[in-house]
Amino acid sequence: MKAAVFALRTFGRELRSGEVLVLLAAVGLAVGALTAVGFLTDRIGKAVARQANEVLAADLRLRSQEPVPAEWSELAHEYGLATAETMSFPSVVFAGDANALATIKVVSEQYPLRGTVRVSDQLFGEQREVDGIPEPGEVWADGALLARVGADIGDRLSVGELDLRVSAVLTYRPDQSIGFASLAPSLLMNTRDIGRSGLIGEGSRVSYALLVAGDESAVTAFNEAIEDQLPESVRIRSQEESSERAYNAADRAQRFLSLTAVISLLLSAVAVAMSARRFAHRRMDTVALMKSLGATQGFVIAVALIQLTLLGILGVVIGSIAGFAAEELLSRILVDLIASDLPDPGLRPVVLASGSALILLLGFALPALIQLRNTPPLRVLRHDAMPPSPSRLFVAGVSLAAVAALLYRSVGDPRMLIILIVGIMVIAAALYGVGRGLVALIGRFRSGVGIAWRYGLANVARRGRASAVQVVAFGLGLTVLLLLTLVRTDLLEGWRQTLDQDAPNHFLINIQPQELDSLGAFFADRRLNVPTFTPLVRARMTTINGESVKEREYPNEDGRWLANREANLSWSAELSASNELLDGDWWPPGYDGPPLISIEEESAVNAGLSIGDRLNFFVAGQEVEGEIASIRKVNWDSFQPNFFIVLSPGALDDMPTTYISSLRIEDEQKRMLVDLVRAYPSVSVIDLGAILEQVRGIIEKASLAVQAVFVFTLAAGVAVLFAAVQSTIDERRFESAMLRALGARRRTVFFGVMAEFAALGIAAGILASAGASILAGVVAVQLFQLPYEFNPLVWVIGLAAGVLLVCISGFFAARGAINAAPVDVLRLAP
Amino acid sequence: MRNQSVSKGVVLEAIDLSKQVSSPEGTLTILSGVSFQILEGESVAVVGPSGAGKSTLLALLAGLDLPSEGHVVLNGANLSELDEDGRAGVRADSVGFVFQSFHLVPSLNALENVMLPLELAGRSDARSAARDIIEQVGLKDRWSHYPSQLSGGEKQRVAIARAFATEPTVLFADEPTGNLDSRTGNNIMELMFELNRSSATTLVLVTHDNSLAQRCDRILALDAGRLESDSEVAA
Repeated sequence: MKAAVFALRTFGRELRSGEVLVLLAAVGLAVGALTAVGFLTDRIGKAVARQANEVLAADLRLRSQEPVPAEWSELAHEYGLATAETMSFPSVVFAGDANALATIKVVSEQYPLRGTVRVSDQLFGEQREVDGIPEPGEVWADGALLARVGADIGDRLSVGELDLRVSAVLTYRPDQSIGFASLAPSLLMNTRDIGRSGLIGEGSRVSYALLVAGDESAVTAFNEAIEDQLPESVRIRSQEESSERAYNAADRAQRFLSLTAVISLLLSAVAVAMSARRFAHRRMDTVALMKSLGATQGFVIAVALIQLTLLGILGVVIGSIAGFAAEELLSRILVDLIASDLPDPGLRPVVLASGSALILLLGFALPALIQLRNTPPLRVLRHDAMPPSPSRLFVAGVSLAAVAALLYRSVGDPRMLIILIVGIMVIAAALYGVGRGLVALIGRFRSGVGIAWRYGLANVARRGRASAVQVVAFGLGLTVLLLLTLVRTDLLEGWRQTLDQDAPNHFLINIQPQELDSLGAFFADRRLNVPTFTPLVRARMTTINGESVKEREYPNEDGRWLANREANLSWSAELSASNELLDGDWWPPGYDGPPLISIEEESAVNAGLSIGDRLNFFVAGQEVEGEIASIRKVNWDSFQPNFFIVLSPGALDDMPTTYISSLRIEDEQKRMLVDLVRAYPSVSVIDLGAILEQVRGIIEKASLAVQAVFVFTLAAGVAVLFAAVQSTIDERRFESAMLRALGARRRTVFFGVMAEFAALGIAAGILASAGASILAGVVAVQLFQLPYEFNPLVWVIGLAAGVLLVCISGFFAARGAINAAPVDVLRLAP
Repeated sequence: MRNQSVSKGVVLEAIDLSKQVSSPEGTLTILSGVSFQILEGESVAVVGPSGAGKSTLLALLAGLDLPSEGHVVLNGANLSELDEDGRAGVRADSVGFVFQSFHLVPSLNALENVMLPLELAGRSDARSAARDIIEQVGLKDRWSHYPSQLSGGEKQRVAIARAFATEPTVLFADEPTGNLDSRTGNNIMELMFELNRSSATTLVLVTHDNSLAQRCDRILALDAGRLESDSEVAA
């Protein structure tokens, strides 16, 4: 007869009987968790990427020394993209007699396309976000600039031929850079004023930019369309090139979210595998009967497949509803943190999660189904007649293939995939091996313990392979849970370390040599640490190994740019603490020979430089030649003054030198800055606080996401434990009834069951702690390039969590069995 | 009488059946050199103490299991020459079962349980045929009940209805009253013999119960895996 008819006829009844609920829950949970994880990954990934984009104030920036031709912005509009135009150039700003150098940032209406400008209504006061740009005739000025010229809100500043009113203090703009080129405090003005300013003319050093933003695919298409047509003077900057630092943070967040998605997936796989086994096992009697009544193997497997698919679909529906609910809830929780104008992910996460869950269901249920198909019809007469177990190689192959296929989609990186799969396989194999060992060992303890423990331990030992499998399952679930906690903690710790609370938050630049002593005293008088002053000499590179830097070929455009721009040189007797020597030798103490050069790793690669190359610089009318003696790696995250090119002491003596310094200024000390700027008018103060805040914001969002995802992963882990206990529930129920029929008190039965779970929990805890420690180290070091330190607390937590989780889950799962009435022994006989 | 039976033809033949299984203690012989013929319409009881090999013999005769040596010819088909699906096909066409523990599908109601073998045999009138037989076993008003809602005797009636539904050539019954009280057991046996007579089915009945065995045409007595006696019951 038609298998479909039979499958449908029995399906509803089986559903009502509650026997397939574990499998249904496993699939539903998998879909729900994966949907939520997928949704979050999408949200947070996009939010983090967009925040990284804010460094450009756009998705794409076309920068040129000439005005960007109007045809490019027209083309961008044809692609449905938004545009804005900016100009920036240095200029002197006057307030009465006082004057200071400022970076004039001229912006058009839509600026900024990404991120927001923040202003304050008083010097160093509370800041607020604003839409729009200064009105014509008005400017927003950096607090440092206002302090230096002694102006305040409402005062008028002269810029070129313009007389403009200060309407707000500019505290943050998304594209403010920590590059030294723009370290002069900013003045934001409306592009409609620029025509009559008289500032733009022959020879003025204006940097023009066209900002472009919009739909991701349109931006990519636009980028591809213009790439080859742009004149050489135009440089394109996209999100990936924008802020290395912000991008690194975004990249790490994406990877970590992928990892949590992978862990949810694995836990779901374990739960699905266990409940699918039970699904098949429960059907063996019916299958044997149907075969005795003349059903073929094809019919039997068709029925099981149809029912499994129906279950899968039902699980997907339930899981999708749960997933959507979770999405909605998360959106509300995260509304302040995640830009609300992100495109709706729509059905994508649900479709992906459903597909994944169905692949998992098939991959992990297939071996059980094949075993079911081979159920001997003899089972109708002899209940112990079992089908042969499917080949372990086959089971492993099918499930690994399913997991690998799904992991690859989530991880998208073959190396990470291999590390994960190998790590998990090693742990599973070790868990199984030690699980078997434990089962064998347990018999030895039996004689020395009370009746409850003896019963519990005897159960662990008697179930032999099943106990070992359970230890593997518990252990695997615990491993990933521990791993998640560990990697998460390590990752956040790593981030926190790169973002030290005590990291400098202000740069002082343009300090004159004769000001060093009195500036030091200025800090000492206020009981502040006197910061280190680092020399800075402006220079221009002229030749590399005698070849003109203009004619030389470079490995890439960044290298050409590096060699041709105005360079900031420094000298130092010692290697800075935030630097690491990669190649060559640092000059010895007291070195006063011919000039030696130490160059930063990445610029060396970009410009094609290596040790022994000779570089010539033109500094204030003099030529300086030096030889590259070492290559350094610079930790830019340290926020210490650092330089691409550092020379040996003496090489730049008598050259025009200024000093720079970085220091930490707490909020309550900020008034001091006004005094400092007034006392040292030529010194510029750069507030890194806003930039730090931006980076911190990225990290906070990412870690919040991770914790939200963690909740789902934890739920999936508990489901695994439930599925494991559920798979033995019939046996347990019968045993409890029998023990009680033989006169055991309920207490004894309870403690016996708990002893068994505790023993399993200890075993799983030991193995999970070991596995997680190893895997966490590998993941932290290999994937996130973060240092990993062994954490003994993991063992304490692992063991405690193992015992607690297994006992609590076991109690709830096995409650019905513990309470089985003695009379059940008659009804439940296997 | 014997001649008369021969003219009816042999429906089931065991030829030198042996069955060994491997166990931790070594190879265990469960059946050894068992041969007999069962004729169409005959009712045969298989008796013997526990462990004599009764259920194993039943399993081999119905093609649920394969002998280590010898073979079974059921309704003209050598079961040893068929694969599992082939043997299932033979069962679908010509075999009915009644088990000691009923073996109803818990997720199907009484009527659907009876329809199952009809549908497996590809009968398009499964529902109406099942209704008829359900009525015959006296469960007209209980057809929509699930096994969990039926008493032991009612379950066995459903099982009997299911067994006779396909009008099988051979009906195998394995201790059909073993799980029932004696009064219900008697009623069930009455029903079975009555249906057996009216449909001229060949009955192979495995039982401990001597009085039950005495109601059959023939008794095969097994002991320690050997056929000890093959005797006709005096009418």
